[in-house]
Amino acid sequence: MIEKGWLGGGNTGRNTTVVRSNYFFPESVRLYDMALRLYEGLSAELNYNIMLSQRGMISLAHTPAEMEMSARVVNAMQINGTDAELFSTEDVRRVLPIYNFGPKARYPALGGVWQGRSGTARHDAVAWGYARAASALGVDIIQQCEVQDFVVEGGRCRGVITSRGTIRADRFGMAVAGHSSQLAEKAGFRLPITSYALQACVSEPVKPVLDTIVLSPGAGTYASQSDKGEMVVGGGLDRIPSYGQRGNLPVLETVVSGLVEMFPSFRQLKLMRQWAGIVDVVPDSSPIIGESPLPGLYLNCGWGTGGFKSIPAGGVLLAHLMATGQHHDISRPFDLDRFARGRLIDEAAGSGIAH
Amino acid sequence: MQIFSCPFCGPRPECEFHFGGDLGNHRPEGFAAVSATEWSNYLYFRNNPKGAADEVWMHLTCGEMFAMARDTVTMAAEPGRRLGGGA
Repeated sequence: MIEKGWLGGGNTGRNTTVVRSNYFFPESVRLYDMALRLYEGLSAELNYNIMLSQRGMISLAHTPAEMEMSARVVNAMQINGTDAELFSTEDVRRVLPIYNFGPKARYPALGGVWQGRSGTARHDAVAWGYARAASALGVDIIQQCEVQDFVVEGGRCRGVITSRGTIRADRFGMAVAGHSSQLAEKAGFRLPITSYALQACVSEPVKPVLDTIVLSPGAGTYASQSDKGEMVVGGGLDRIPSYGQRGNLPVLETVVSGLVEMFPSFRQLKLMRQWAGIVDVVPDSSPIIGESPLPGLYLNCGWGTGGFKSIPAGGVLLAHLMATGQHHDISRPFDLDRFARGRLIDEAAGSGIAH
Repeated sequence: MQIFSCPFCGPRPECEFHFGGDLGNHRPEGFAAVSATEWSNYLYFRNNPKGAADEVWMHLTCGEMFAMARDTVTMAAEPGRRLGGGA
């Protein structure tokens, strides 16, 4: 395993640690629920505490139309075999007592979609736990080693040229969130990806006050409280394609104003840190798993804003593909060929915030 | 707040602009003659460059499309240019 920087130093260390599978289409629910099921057993499997906390997540509905959409999503999720519940205002009041239920609330909570198995996990621990387990299985993890080019012989990928020498093999997997298009260019093809900055921020730590994950597609904000007590806050993408890991002010303003509207008591909180990660967004907001146009090079990319929750599934499916040369049933719909076939899996809504 | 420059309206805040894709991504002509691969290449596949980028943008308030050269790492943007001719 070759890593340009250091282990867990990319988007694994920059996300907001939410794991969930509240998607709409059958293909997506199979994929993300596979990941969630694997997360549920991961601490035991890796013998490393990833601090999975299945505290539940509420996707709020603020209008009657959003309530109807919530009912549709709940029905789809239940039919697809994952847990989902349609919440009323009273249910929201039960899980979010500090929410702004006032008569003049900008974002009244009519209810929403509840997934009780959603939760958070310690993001660094997931990277460290996997690395330790992989190392014990004999995997060499080479850090500070950048892939600079590919060795192509007879139309197949036969090796990679790195900053520390050439490595030859008969199969390569590419999982480089934020730089998929750059590596693809070196391999001689393009991808249906645009890279954007996705911001997040954390507040100063306070006593426990929020014990679920709350998402408001209407306000463009989501939040949870970390075990250290910080509010971990995120929102939608910056709408300007970017590789600069900073983020812009208008989006941060939307996110924070939505948060303080929903939780007036948070107005007193001070933000400690704000950052951005670069996410590879695909037109249908679904990932790309499959062999690339360069035979011998396999893709696991395009997870957009939802890579962390999918790590276990992405790993298993890429490994299955590389070991057998065949798609797993769950990864087949996510092949790169879906764009020419017109069989897109449009999860723009399922990805939570409109991207 | 970043300021982009519309060739018709002048400098305006970034919120008024919408990204329109790669400059020079022309719609393939010839209806039935266009293969599914060619069509999906036009519709979905992108250059997505790191660094210097030549892009099409729309100024939402005046509705005009225009060309803009930008750097996707430093975020520096040159003033927008009118689309015309082969661009």
